[in-house]
Amino acid sequence: MGDYILLAVSCILVNNILLAQYLGNCPFLGTSKKMETAIGMAMAVIFVLVLAGTITWITDTYLLKKFGLEYLRTIAFILVIASLVQFVEMFLKKSIPALYAGLGIFLPLITTNCAVMGACLINIKEEYTFIEALVSSFSYAVGFGLALILFAGVRERVLIARVPKPLQDTSIALVVAGMIALAFYAFKGMA
Amino acid sequence: MAKSIAYEFGKGLWKEIPPFRLVLGLCPVLAVTTSLQNGVGMGLATTFVLVCSNILVSMLRKVIPSKVRIACFIIIIATFVTVVELLMQAYAYTLYLQLGIFIPLIVVNCLVLGRAEAFAYKNPIIHSLSDGLGMGIGFTLSLGALGAVREIIGSGELLGYSVFGSSFKPFTFLIEAPGAFVCLGLMLAIMNLASKK
Repeated sequence: MGDYILLAVSCILVNNILLAQYLGNCPFLGTSKKMETAIGMAMAVIFVLVLAGTITWITDTYLLKKFGLEYLRTIAFILVIASLVQFVEMFLKKSIPALYAGLGIFLPLITTNCAVMGACLINIKEEYTFIEALVSSFSYAVGFGLALILFAGVRERVLIARVPKPLQDTSIALVVAGMIALAFYAFKGMA
Repeated sequence: MAKSIAYEFGKGLWKEIPPFRLVLGLCPVLAVTTSLQNGVGMGLATTFVLVCSNILVSMLRKVIPSKVRIACFIIIIATFVTVVELLMQAYAYTLYLQLGIFIPLIVVNCLVLGRAEAFAYKNPIIHSLSDGLGMGIGFTLSLGALGAVREIIGSGELLGYSVFGSSFKPFTFLIEAPGAFVCLGLMLAIMNLASKK
């Protein structure tokens, strides 16, 4: 049990997927202008990443490795993720419309979110067991949400600050992201 | 719509140079630009995928139904990424190890998908080819520039040669994750400043 907690902490804080592994930066910058969109995106990522992480792990272990098809991993994973996102979207639309309305526009974006694909690949690369893969997928997603929501908070504040003209918009956002990354960098000392 | 082929090629080099003008495909930009060599290697791999997928999407643009086009694009792109992966394993294994999971992650690079959707699906083959080539070279140049800056300041050398002499104390902040964000942000600001004049 202790191992899993350690793994979770390391995935959420020390190896934060956004700020230490540089994955999922497009939605990080794209959906962080408003707090509401940031929360929506964070929830959608947590939801999909846990599903995708476990399903790709099963695919890899029982399909690709069994038949020696590891070279098809990239294609197989992206197909699994894309169809999973589509499926989740249809399922939510039919059965939980309230959640669908909340996550709605963020779901299709997740297909091309490299945090999802990246976390799935890391699970395979680190040779995690099923439970470890589940824990790490969930923790990576929580780490993503945490960083995204923190970043959105800071960015809303930056909007009312006076920023030099060339630095406006994306540029200052990246510098702010750097500062947050620096804060998370301190967690490296913990490991 | 049908502008000259030279225009489609040239716009990727300055006017819409990724990732500075089109803020797409940031993850590899931040992750692999710890040195000039890695940056250029990643850029070339992306260029190959971009050009090939642009050509194929453009060839098939009348066949692909618009409802399932994204899925088709992703499969086309994933195929070429697998080709690059296998080629790099065979001929550039050290670079392949250094770039790690960022090679398979070209699949989800929004730049590649973005060009397929925004350009190749609507334009003839030659135009798509030059668009892909221009964007790819622009992307490679940006990655190379960012990699060079981070390598020179962050580790005090370029391609293994010392730049400042042995008394220089490297500013390792730029090699680490936080430095990547700040460095890209500042370079973006410099680009904005340069194009204002």
